[in-house]
Order: sequence, then structure tokens, then C-alpha cells
Amino acid sequence: MTDSMAVAKGATMERKKKESQFSLVMKRLAKNRLAMAGLCITLLLFLLALLSPVIMPYAYDELNMIDRFAKPSLRHLCGADEMGRDIFSRLLYGARWSLALGFLATIISTAIGMVIGSVVGYFGGTVDTVVMRFIDILQAIPGILLAIAISACLGSGFANTIIALSIGGIPMTVRLLRGSIMGVRKMEYLEAAQTINCSVPRLIVRHILPNSISPIIVSVTMGIGNTILMAASLSYIGLGVQPPTPEWGAMLSAGRTYMRDYPHMVLFPGIAIALVVLSLNMLGDGLRDAMDPKLKK
Amino acid sequence: MEKSRAPFIEVKNLKVHYTSEGRVIHAVNDVSFSLNKGETLGLVGETGAGKTTIAKSVLRILPQPPAEVEGGEIFLEGKDLLKLSEDEMRKIRGRKIAMIFQDPMTALNPVMRVGKQIAEGIALHEKISAKEAEEKAKKMLEMVGIPASRYRDYPHQFSGGMKQRVVIAMALSCSPDLLLADEPTTALDVTIQAQVLDIIKNLQKEFETSMIMITHDLGIVAEVCDNVAVIYAGEVVEYGSREEIFDNPLHPYTIGLFGSLPDINSDVERLSPIAGMPPDAANLPAGCAFSPRCPYADEKCKSAPVGLERMEGTHCCRCIHSRSADKIKAKAAEKVC
Amino acid sequence: MWKYVVKRLLWMIPVLLGIAVVIFTIMYFCPGDPAAAILGNSATPAAIEAKRIEMGLDRPYLVRLLDYLNQVFLHFDLGTSYFQNQSVMSGILYRLPYTITIAVICMLLQILIGTPLGITAAVHQNGIADRICMVIALAGVSIPGFWLAMMLVLLFAVRLGWLPPYGVGGIQYFILPCIANAFAGIASQARQTRSSMLEVIRSDYIVTARAKGLSEREILYKHALPNALIPIITVVGNGMGMMLGGTVVIESVFSIPGIGMYTTSAINNRDYPVVMGGVLFLGALFSLIMLLVDVIYAYVDPRIKAQYEGQQKSWKRRKK
Repeated sequence: MTDSMAVAKGATMERKKKESQFSLVMKRLAKNRLAMAGLCITLLLFLLALLSPVIMPYAYDELNMIDRFAKPSLRHLCGADEMGRDIFSRLLYGARWSLALGFLATIISTAIGMVIGSVVGYFGGTVDTVVMRFIDILQAIPGILLAIAISACLGSGFANTIIALSIGGIPMTVRLLRGSIMGVRKMEYLEAAQTINCSVPRLIVRHILPNSISPIIVSVTMGIGNTILMAASLSYIGLGVQPPTPEWGAMLSAGRTYMRDYPHMVLFPGIAIALVVLSLNMLGDGLRDAMDPKLKK
Repeated sequence: MEKSRAPFIEVKNLKVHYTSEGRVIHAVNDVSFSLNKGETLGLVGETGAGKTTIAKSVLRILPQPPAEVEGGEIFLEGKDLLKLSEDEMRKIRGRKIAMIFQDPMTALNPVMRVGKQIAEGIALHEKISAKEAEEKAKKMLEMVGIPASRYRDYPHQFSGGMKQRVVIAMALSCSPDLLLADEPTTALDVTIQAQVLDIIKNLQKEFETSMIMITHDLGIVAEVCDNVAVIYAGEVVEYGSREEIFDNPLHPYTIGLFGSLPDINSDVERLSPIAGMPPDAANLPAGCAFSPRCPYADEKCKSAPVGLERMEGTHCCRCIHSRSADKIKAKAAEKVC
Repeated sequence: MWKYVVKRLLWMIPVLLGIAVVIFTIMYFCPGDPAAAILGNSATPAAIEAKRIEMGLDRPYLVRLLDYLNQVFLHFDLGTSYFQNQSVMSGILYRLPYTITIAVICMLLQILIGTPLGITAAVHQNGIADRICMVIALAGVSIPGFWLAMMLVLLFAVRLGWLPPYGVGGIQYFILPCIANAFAGIASQARQTRSSMLEVIRSDYIVTARAKGLSEREILYKHALPNALIPIITVVGNGMGMMLGGTVVIESVFSIPGIGMYTTSAINNRDYPVVMGGVLFLGALFSLIMLLVDVIYAYVDPRIKAQYEGQQKSWKRRKK
């Protein structure tokens, strides 16, 4: 090997070191076929939901009494409901509601949970004790029951349902972030940052959060799926987003009455929910493996 | 030792690689050495040189995948261990060959009583009752200086040095013929290191155990080893008796290792560390693996692989300049002064 | 150890007080008037107002809250349902067996099926068995439980007629609800067991065990599993909470008169004493289960037991 080659090799090694954690994770993720499939399906559903007015064969609220309870056919891909509305179109348009509910509620609850969790985790002491006891209390109530109660209190509707769903998710994020912050709090690099007079908010945002962020990202991905499931349960028992809004859970709830004779009315909305949640879970699994490569192979 | 007798253990042309994220890491490249009964061989080298991989391949406990033994033979009393079935190999592990691990903090099962962990191996190999195994385990504990009353304690109740003693007791519990000691003192405090080393040495004498001592501490080598193999980038770069290596090191890497040691007798301002980093095992140089760091390397070193050459006695060296080693040493001495 | 258990039991009192305050507050802000609901549509405003005063609904928030806490925590009385002339406690106790039966069966299914599935998957990592187990498990955590319940009813009750579609009665009435409710639990148990096993299998002490000459089977069951169980226990505990929550929805699919159904229909009716009593009861049940989980922890992991016994003052810190 000549000297210039050795130098070149040194340079590539240098570059390899500089490759960020982020791009490494993305590379590993790209190799995971299941995760990529999950990502693609999620993006596709987003796209379909956005473009639904253009691609829907019928308007989501178009009544057509001749086609009442029509079985799935070329005319109605997923059949029609009790008022002859095309279920396929309703599913496409309804994706907006279900996806929006899942994403917004999870992001809101994670954001609030992160603020509380990082403050609590960083300061510890009395703040920690008080907040954590409150979290204990919230977590002792079964999540779905809490969501039902809040949703009953606030009334149905999109915004209220988001609030009801997000409150239940906060405790988990707080615990998660608090745990990982407690883990890194004693690390020496934090002392190092303090010695150069780093302010507390900067310390949290620049030095602590980046080191606790990967479990959060995974939990957000998985959390969206769970929230969508929970939202569907809420609509199903008559709270949350209500018919005639074509939210998937609400469609299931409406179809329940006719399920015996027209199973297609409950079959397709359920498949739609399962598909979204499944692809989010596949993506979440992939992210977790990519961020924690010691579990892979 | 008589030349005619076959060595107790003989490793021939061992080759092991790991696969990680599509890259092939050549951890052990064509390593050969042999060891007679009752003797101790030191495997010396930097972290990542492949020493632990050699030991684990002898015991066949490498995680496969990602590790893969590409080739070579490992003869124990004439039998090739690499060709044994898993069942036959299990009878050898713990019974004939035992291993002391590097990190006592993680080498013990945290939810099993330490005594049970020792007795488990005994019961397995010696076909005796659980009661007798317990008795023997207690005896082993006392032998390494832990009161038998702590049989029912859990690992978290022990200090690091005591855990390492438990690991030693576990390894020696079935009086193995060969002991693989993988940096048994690295994770310990300096004061504990000497104690642990003494325990190993005494027990080795008592049981007439052969030992492969893996270390990067030349002091330990001087204390316990009969022969030394210097490992660099998965290759034996120099091999010889302790005296040969210590009195007359030939390979520039070995010389460099000694140069990195403080010497109480010579009056030098600075130690002379070996410049550069160990090579990337996924991307080894075409020629001599040490050539990128070697102050004496020339074009010839960098172009073609260098073979291990017998010098005198048992002393072997993998360097085309070793015949002119005196010059190198003179130069090295010059640099130090 | 006992000291620790007693401490935890005492700690449940403030938690339950907290739950009572939270749920009371939520219910206080609920729109809808129970007095009007009781009297029906034909009632005059004056009659409703009189009923409100009679029920004490006109008093300020704090007075009502303290009154409720006093009644529950000092007189152990959960109150009386507004609609059925029955004490909430006896209402709960009457419905408890249904909920408990479903929750316990689901729990057993989760542990007995989920754990072996996870172990199998971990042992044959990346093999066929692993792939199959993990696909099933992934599906399990992604399918809405109540939808699965509907599909099961369609297939086994409507199409095949093997099992009753809803209601209560003999054991055959519990089969579908339990399968529907347990599926997610089994799946998440399998996933957790797998990842926990995979992590443990890579530990140094497993190499030590292998170096001793133990067979892979012995290594798996004597060394790997006991260690892998530690994080799994938490999952089981949380899973129990999920099960209790899951029964709320499942009971409504199958018209099973359990506590979940009792509570949700009370929310719709604004039957406050029932809602608060039901939530409090479920919260207490869940807290007890979590305590049980922590005690089991101590038996599985000697390090945690030492922590409980050694530095009892700082037991709170154990929760990371």
C-alpha cells in the first residue's frame, strides 16, 4: 500500500466517524424491509387521505337509496352502508379523521409529557415527588376509562376527543423521559457542560434531551397506533367523534346494528384501522431496532 | 520438555472472522501455537487484537453468527475440537477446559446464588449427588479465600475482587486440564490484582493445570508465563519462551510494547508509545499488518504478507527485518536516550 | 419485606384519595343534570330545581367533594345509584365476578401462551418460527379488540352457530370475550418476552454458563429465563391494567353486565355515584395488582429484595 493510499484510507475513516448518529439510524432503518413497508403504507395512507376528494369514487356523504347495503362489487369496492353511501369513499375520507386524531393526540401528549418529564427529571426533589405522585394517581385509572370519563365530560367532537386522548398518554411520556434523564443526569459530560456555565434550559435541550430522545421517538410511533385504537374504541361506545363523521371507529359503531346481515359494513373499517396501526407498529419496531442495534443479529 | 511428545494442546492455522452490518472483520488470521501439559502460555497484545476470540474458539463458545471459524484445527490430546459434535464438546467444556472471564461484574448470573453457580458445573461433570456437589463448591469457595458461609449469597452482595474469585473457583471446580484466563485481573483494583494472580498461580500448581493467560500486562507475563505469543491484528507476530521474548525481543511491535513500559532503572524523560492506531480489522493492510505504524517499514514490508520465521530455539518472529534486529534495537535505544 | 408491603398498602390511601378527587372533578364538570335525567323529559324546571336541592347538587364544588370523600373514606360508603335503588358497593360486588373471570382468564392466556411464544421466537431468532410468532404478535397488537370481538361473533356465533353471540351464562359465554380481549395481551407478552430473552441471551453470564458445559436447554431455562422474566413481570402487571380497561369495551360488545359496563353506562346516564365508585374500585384493584407485581419482583430478583429490605427509606427512588 502506498503512502497516498494510506492517507486516503485515513480520510475515509475520519469521514466514517463524522457520520451522524441520525444518518446511521436511517441507514439501518432503510435495510429493514418490514419497517420500510410500514413507512410506505403510512405515507400512502396520508397521501390517500389528503387526495381523497380527488380520488373518491363518490362523495363521502352522497346518499343513494337504491344501493342501500350493497355488497362489495366493482360499483362499490367495499359495499355501501344503510343509506347507500359508498364505504370505500368514506374510508378514504375518514382516514383524515383517524390519522389526525392519532397523530395530534400523541404529539400533544408527548410534547406536554416531555416538558413535565424533563423538568421533573432534571430538578428532582420535591417537584419530582409531587408530580410523580400525581402521575401515579392518573396511571392507577385504566386509560380507556379515563378517556371515556373525560370525553363524557367534554362532550363529543374532534377537539374534545383529542384532549381526552392526550391526557391519558402524558403519564407514560413523563415516566419515560424522567427515567432516561435520571439515567444521564449523573453523567460527567453534564458536569462538564455545567463547568462552562451552560444555562439550565440549554443544558436540558442541548445535552439531556438528545440523549433520551430515541425511546421517545419509538414510543411516539407506537403511541400513534395505540391512540388510533383508543379513539376507535371511544367512538364505538358512543363517545368521541360521532357519526355521520366517517371516522373509522364511528363507522364501526354505526355498522354494528347491521353486522349480522351485512358484515361488510364492519369488516372494512376494521381492516383499515388494523392496517394503519400495523404499519405504524412495523415502523416503530424498525426504529427501535435501528436505534438499539445490539438487539439486531 | 521432550521434543518427541505431542503437545497437550495445539492450535493450527486458526482463522476466525465476524460479520457486522455487511462488513467482514478478520479477528483471527492464521494463528498457530502449542502448549505442553502444566505450562503457561501468555497471549499478549492490545485490546481488539483477537486474543479473546482465540480463547473462545478453543472452547467453541463464540456467538455464531456473527462469528465464524473459517478454518484451522485445535487439537486437545490429539483430538480436533473443531470436529467434535456439540454433545462431545459439552463434556469438554468446564471439565477439561475452563475459562476465567474478563469482567467479573457481568460474568455471574445475578439471580442465582453464587454457591449454586459453582455447584452446578460440579454436579454436571462429576456425577455426584447435589449434596456432595454443594460440599465441593463450599471447599472451592474456601480455597479462593471466601468463607463457605457465603454459599447462599447472591453476586450483588460481593465486591468485584470477590466476584472474580468466585469465577475462578467456578473455573477450577472440576480441576480442568486447561485453563483459559482472559485478562482475569484487568477489571480489578491494583491491590486486588496481585491477590487474584496469586490464587490462580497456586491453584494452577496444585491441580497441574495448563494455562493460556490472555493479558496486555507484560508484568503478569513475566510473573506467570513460560512461553509468550505476541498477537497483533489477529496474527502471532512473535513467539518464544519468556526469556527469549523479554531478553531479546525481535519484532518492532514487541520492542514497542517494551518501550511503552516505564522502567525504574533507566532515566528517561518520556515513555515512547507506539505511534498510530491498531489497523481496522475489516480492512487489513496488504503487507505486514504492523507496517503502517512501524518506524522501520519499507516498501517491501507494505507490499507482501510476511511469514512467521523461526529464529533460534523456539523463538519465531514475523518480520523481514528481524535478522537485523540488533540494528533496530540500537536505533530504539538511541531514540529513548 | 413486610414493612415494605405495609408501606405500599398505606401509600394506596393517598392514591385512592387522588383518584376520587380527579374523577369527582371530571364528573363535576360534566354537562347534563342528573336531576333532570331522573325526572325525565316532562319535569318542570321547578321540580328539577327541587330535586337538585334534595340531592345536594346545588351545593358548591368543595363542599360536595369533601362530603363525598368523607362518605367514602371515613364511612366506607360508595353511595347509592341515582337510578337503581341499590348501593354502589353491592352493585359492584354483584358485577365483580364477571369482570374478574374475564380478566383472570385473559391474564392466564397471556402468560401461558405469550411467554412460550416469545421464548420460541427468541431461541430461533430470525428463523421461520420466529417470523411466524412475530407476525402473529404484530397483528395482535394492531387489531382493535372490539373489532376482533365482532369478527369472532360473526364467524363462531352467526355463521357457525357454535357459541352464543352475547350475554352471560355458562362457560361457553366467556370463550369469545376472553379470546378477543386476550389476543392483544398475548401478542404484547410474546413481543416483550422475545426482546427480553434476546437481550439476556447476549449477556456474559450466559457465556459463563455455556463455558461450564451446560446444555443449551439448561442454559435457557436455568439461566436465561429467570433473568428475562424480570422485565416481563412489569409487562404482566401493566397488561393486567390493560385487561381491566379492555373489559370495559369488551363487556359492551358482548353485553356482559360487568363493572366496565356498569361504569360506562353510568357515565352516559350521569349516575355519578356509580361512575366514581366504579373507577375507584378499578383503581384500587389495579394498585393492588401493581403491589403484587412489585412483591413478585423481589422474589425473582434478589437485588431488588435487598433494596427493599436494606434502604426502605428510599424505596420510591427504585422506580427509576
